[in-house]
Amino acid sequence: MRTVIFRTTAPYLTSLMVLFSIFVLLRGHNEPGGGFIGGLIAASAFAIYGIACGVPPVRRALVFHPMSIAGTGLFIGASSGIISLFSGVPFFTGLWIYPTIFGVEIALSTPLVFDIGVYLVVLGTIASIALGLEERERL
Amino acid sequence: MEVALAALIGIFFVTAVYLMLSPHVIRILLGVAVLGNAVNLLIFTSGRLTREVPPIVPDGMIVADPSIANPLPQALVLTAIVISFSFFAFLLTLAYRAFQELGTDDTDTMRIAEPADEAAPPTGY
Amino acid sequence: MNAAIDGTFIAILAPFFAAALAPFVVRMLGHNGSWLLALVPAGIFVHFLGYIDQTVGGAGIASVWDWWPGMGWPLSYLIDGLSLMFALLISGIGTFIILYSGGYMKGHPQLGRFLSFMFLFMGAMQGLIISDNLVTVFIFWELTSITSFLLIGFNTTKEKSRRAALQALVVTGGGGLSLLAGIILVQLVAGTSDLSTLLTQPGLLQTSPYYMPILLLFLGGAFTKSAQFPLHFWLPNAMEAPTPVSAYLHSATMVKAGVYLLMRIQPIMGDTLAWSIILPIFGGTTLIVGTLLAVRQTDLKLMLAYTTVASLGLLVMLTGTSNEIAIQGAVLYLLAHSLFKGALFMVAGLIDHGTGTRDVTKLGGLAKAMPITFGAAAFAALSMAGLPPFIGFVAKEELYLGIWGTEPPFLALTITAVIGNALMLVIGFAVAFKPFLGAKVETPKAAHEGPLLMLAGPVVLSVCGLASAIFLHWTSVHLVGPMASSVAGKVLTPALHLFPTAIKANLILSLITVALGLVLFFRLALLRGIMDRVLRTIGWGPDLGFDQFMNGTVLAAHRVTRLVQPGQMNMYMKVAFAMTAAAILLPLILLDELPNWPEMPDMRFYEWGVMAIAVIGLAAVLNAKNRLTAIVALGIQGFAVALIFMLFGAPDLSFTQFMVETLSVVILALVMTRLSLYQDDHRSPVRTVVDGTLALAVGGGFFLLLLAVVQQPFNAELSDFFREHSVAIAHGRNIVNVILVDFRGVDTLGEIAVVAIAGLAILALIRVRPKTRPKAQPISDNSNVGVVASAKTSPAQETTQ
Repeated sequence: MRTVIFRTTAPYLTSLMVLFSIFVLLRGHNEPGGGFIGGLIAASAFAIYGIACGVPPVRRALVFHPMSIAGTGLFIGASSGIISLFSGVPFFTGLWIYPTIFGVEIALSTPLVFDIGVYLVVLGTIASIALGLEERERL
Repeated sequence: MEVALAALIGIFFVTAVYLMLSPHVIRILLGVAVLGNAVNLLIFTSGRLTREVPPIVPDGMIVADPSIANPLPQALVLTAIVISFSFFAFLLTLAYRAFQELGTDDTDTMRIAEPADEAAPPTGY
Repeated sequence: MNAAIDGTFIAILAPFFAAALAPFVVRMLGHNGSWLLALVPAGIFVHFLGYIDQTVGGAGIASVWDWWPGMGWPLSYLIDGLSLMFALLISGIGTFIILYSGGYMKGHPQLGRFLSFMFLFMGAMQGLIISDNLVTVFIFWELTSITSFLLIGFNTTKEKSRRAALQALVVTGGGGLSLLAGIILVQLVAGTSDLSTLLTQPGLLQTSPYYMPILLLFLGGAFTKSAQFPLHFWLPNAMEAPTPVSAYLHSATMVKAGVYLLMRIQPIMGDTLAWSIILPIFGGTTLIVGTLLAVRQTDLKLMLAYTTVASLGLLVMLTGTSNEIAIQGAVLYLLAHSLFKGALFMVAGLIDHGTGTRDVTKLGGLAKAMPITFGAAAFAALSMAGLPPFIGFVAKEELYLGIWGTEPPFLALTITAVIGNALMLVIGFAVAFKPFLGAKVETPKAAHEGPLLMLAGPVVLSVCGLASAIFLHWTSVHLVGPMASSVAGKVLTPALHLFPTAIKANLILSLITVALGLVLFFRLALLRGIMDRVLRTIGWGPDLGFDQFMNGTVLAAHRVTRLVQPGQMNMYMKVAFAMTAAAILLPLILLDELPNWPEMPDMRFYEWGVMAIAVIGLAAVLNAKNRLTAIVALGIQGFAVALIFMLFGAPDLSFTQFMVETLSVVILALVMTRLSLYQDDHRSPVRTVVDGTLALAVGGGFFLLLLAVVQQPFNAELSDFFREHSVAIAHGRNIVNVILVDFRGVDTLGEIAVVAIAGLAILALIRVRPKTRPKAQPISDNSNVGVVASAKTSPAQETTQ
């Protein structure tokens, strides 16, 4: 599987797929997409990178252990529900703000934060599984 | 439409159950994967089918037309797909590790946890 | 009633935060960290002091904080004389216990963890007595059982403490279940489980046809927690815990939770025939048995533990009379007991700390070496013995008045109380004077006074026993009166006197008690010998019975498990699928709900095509002879499912399914290279027929079920809600995503947690390195089966491709 062509193109393919996964994540509230799908795409991207170039480069590229990414995601997801408690509304109420950055109005919301949490959990977990199994194969 | 899907789901279930009753772990695994799809389709179909109109509110409208697909089963199935995949991966790893440790994948001879002549548990604190 | 968070809710939650912080504080400041940590209960104490004026006259303050509307889990509190007294005792004694723990466990490597458990317990206990809702009371009730378990078993390397911890958990946890059943019945009968509402409806429960079961279930909870005979045995065993635990949980606070519960329900369940028979009988028996067993002991802590059992019996007995004066006596006695027993336990710890032994026969003449300890011990013991001018004396006068001064007098109860109190005096003197007076006895360590951290508690508590009696008017108006009013269910204004104004019956009873006690005190050795012989003759006791019960349970569980789980996974699967088929098919057939014969579906040709691909994929999976075929076939049916989702308006699902199938194929390819797939799925003909029939039954069942479902009219209420409100209130146009991250966000949170946990489990499985190479050695001693299996024509080797 580790042909020269595959090894050369894999990093570009991976970065494109990760970029695409973020795009899918962010459009999810209004168009097909969302955290689950985005996370799966990103996880497959890293899996492909792993198959092409071996697991160590992927681990380096991810910087953090995939399971810590998943844990962070879970924490972000749970925190987005708690934010509403501080605003005096019930647990997990969606809150929206519309700041204008560089003249463009951007919708920020706790559901979006939650979806990012979902994205990170799915990405972290699946990448961790795939990388773990790939590593095992090299033993 | 639902009738044809119901028949297909029946076939999914028959395949899944037959595979899962096999004594070999690897076929049980295949059965579990098929069972996940069978259950997802079951939930999806029982929310009634609509052709091609995704449950998305068109731009500029507040309330979607009633002809869109039912969003509720889709939300249920979406998470179910990811979770059944996680568990499929777990079972796969478990089967692989069991095979490594026991040298067999015949469930009838996998008796480490419940040996046939298990002694009574020790009493005490 | 207000609906927001206020200072009291913060006070309820504060111990839990302190529990989280305690290990860090101890890591930074060592055992002196307890000075800082003790500020938490001290602050809570001051907060509750602010309520004192508001409860005078029997008023109660209730409040609700509905922190998550719709879930029905509001936090609510009810502060009246009863809960306020307990709150003050818990936080007040708690302050000194935290200080004492710092001194007692100085240098212990797990002091942080210990303090953390103590704070957890403090929070649980405080929540228990202050909650307005009975279900919340139950949750805190169980939490006190669990923290008690952790604290009794704190010394995990000792079998005795493990046994004691488990015993306490089984007994009090079992009682907790009984209480829960009672609470559910109350909810069904009264339609509410809020105490503040229930207390406004006296007579409702007493006249209900379910009164007896409710009462018995509540008593099951109260009697186990407050160690009533014959379920008292766990409390003395709990003395395995470090002394601060014994002083706090097992004398001053937790074991009084049962008494609290009885006092709390007295207005709504008390004053009936059953109440006034059951409670005094159990309470009185416990009082006598407890004191007699205490006499037999020589360990200071065990002597105190058995008198705690006895005191709890006395309190239960007095509550059972439902007599106003007796209730006032019970309230006074509860206050007095918490003060003197907490102090005496800490004294026992100080003696242990200062001399190295707790055996009363090996101690003597310590007064010179430990003068402050002796002073505290003497004050506490005089209060325990019921001598003036201590609060114990006032309590005893009042309770004698309550059971003797009525028309007609409770004769049996009076005799029980006099004997019990006399024996209590014996033990009190034996604990507080024997070790300090008389000739000096050599001890394992040279006797020395304890540190300030440890002395603060016993000194303050025993002085409080004196002060509360000297300022009796204040005590009576601000503490005893409001609490007795809550217990009696009507406003009471007790008339208390520190010194008797006239020679009345209760004074004579007191004199008899003291005289009897003193006589017995000087014959203690004789009495101990008699008790020893009696108990040795009986031989069997509930403590032994507990072992028999536990062993019996384990063996019975083993037999049942062998019966229903013979260890054949295939059999489990068969049973599960047979039950599934039966659960679907039987109702359809028996209730005549079978669907009508369907019409030919109007499918388009490409839809038929996709379905045909799915069927081909499934058939290929069934017949796969090698790994590659299996993986490809599995992928085909998965992609066909994704196409079906696409055709029927579910792009999100389709997308996800494509990704998941791709990943499945990838990881299957990774793992399957090492796993073999047998050429054929060899099953015997009989087995093939059985398996096939089961598979057809399940598949056919789901087919019929789904047909029956889709032939029903569709209820679109829920879907319409999401369709109409997705943009309006959740600002999202992709309804599926809005449901996931907004409308049903909590569900999704749970689901991603499941995904993350599955990931962790897989990682753990991958990381565990095989200890032995496969097929090399048996895994464990009794895995003969495994050896036989691998010796047999190991098919794995032959068919590896």
